[in-house]
Amino acid sequence: MIVRAAIAALLLACAGATSAADPVPPSGENAAGMNALDMRLKRLETELRCLVCQNQTLADSNADLADDLRREVRALALAGKSDDDIKAYLVARYGDFVLYKPPVKPITWMLWFGPFALLAGGGAIGWVVLRRRALGTTPTATNADTAGEMRARKLLNGEDDVAA
Amino acid sequence: MKSFRWSLPLAIFVILVAFLWVGLSRDPREVPSPLIGKPAPAFELAKLHAPSETLATADLKGTVWLLNVWASWCVSCRVEHPLLVELAKANIVPVYGLDYKDKPDDGRAWLAQHGDPYTASIVDRDGRVGIDYGVYGVPETFLIDKAGVVRYKQIGPLTPEALKQKILPLVRELQK
Repeated sequence: MIVRAAIAALLLACAGATSAADPVPPSGENAAGMNALDMRLKRLETELRCLVCQNQTLADSNADLADDLRREVRALALAGKSDDDIKAYLVARYGDFVLYKPPVKPITWMLWFGPFALLAGGGAIGWVVLRRRALGTTPTATNADTAGEMRARKLLNGEDDVAA
Repeated sequence: MKSFRWSLPLAIFVILVAFLWVGLSRDPREVPSPLIGKPAPAFELAKLHAPSETLATADLKGTVWLLNVWASWCVSCRVEHPLLVELAKANIVPVYGLDYKDKPDDGRAWLAQHGDPYTASIVDRDGRVGIDYGVYGVPETFLIDKAGVVRYKQIGPLTPEALKQKILPLVRELQK
């Protein structure tokens, strides 16, 4: 009983700790200190790749170029450009690679739809196999096989193997 | 139907191997530039050795030229530099240097020490022109044709092979 209460208390403490930690922004500022523009830029920067470190977003990277690009993105946002305009600006210079989410176009069709095509193909094959199994017939049970089966049955019955 | 049974998985396997073969042999650091075949972004910047003068892309219309992005703080630039000095001596194609995010004094001192292969160097103090050119790893070299269109981009140091096999043949073709 005491153990159970202790566990419950511990769980409660953990839950309390996480929910209390959530609203604090990672930079240590308070929530009110982040204005709408900062929030928008933060979100935009997490969708953009830092080209120097490649597997980091613009928001996470400390690279010099990432600093410059963040400055550029901020300047464009302040000039009234939309998120799409800002992305187009970067894509024109660095290519689609700067986008973490690749655009849907013929060259990326395989990337976007390939998994679904594979799933559909696998599902179709699975369905056909299961159906055949349920019907108890296989396409290999042709006349030739029936003849072979009859020969096998005769052999099992102790008759002479005529075909041999 | 029977041959289909093993030929389909085999075909899928072969396709997969081909994709992985090509994909894994690529260098992920080399991001293809969207600028190839497009007009070189315009700039007008102060010259490193004559800060009161400027050089603009418009001044270079009608010539085939190389734009080499370098900096005194860039370590790999030292690797390619002797090659550029040699290229300048051969007098085949003018090379313009973009001193990227560098203090002009440091840039001048670096060129005095290592030799100056550039027809002219220009100063991109805050890296804005670098961003326009999609520079993300110095050194980078662009080949620009008479009409001002980017024809080739070398990411990272120039190599004798890249120069001999790709850049110089292209230069000769574009100069015709």
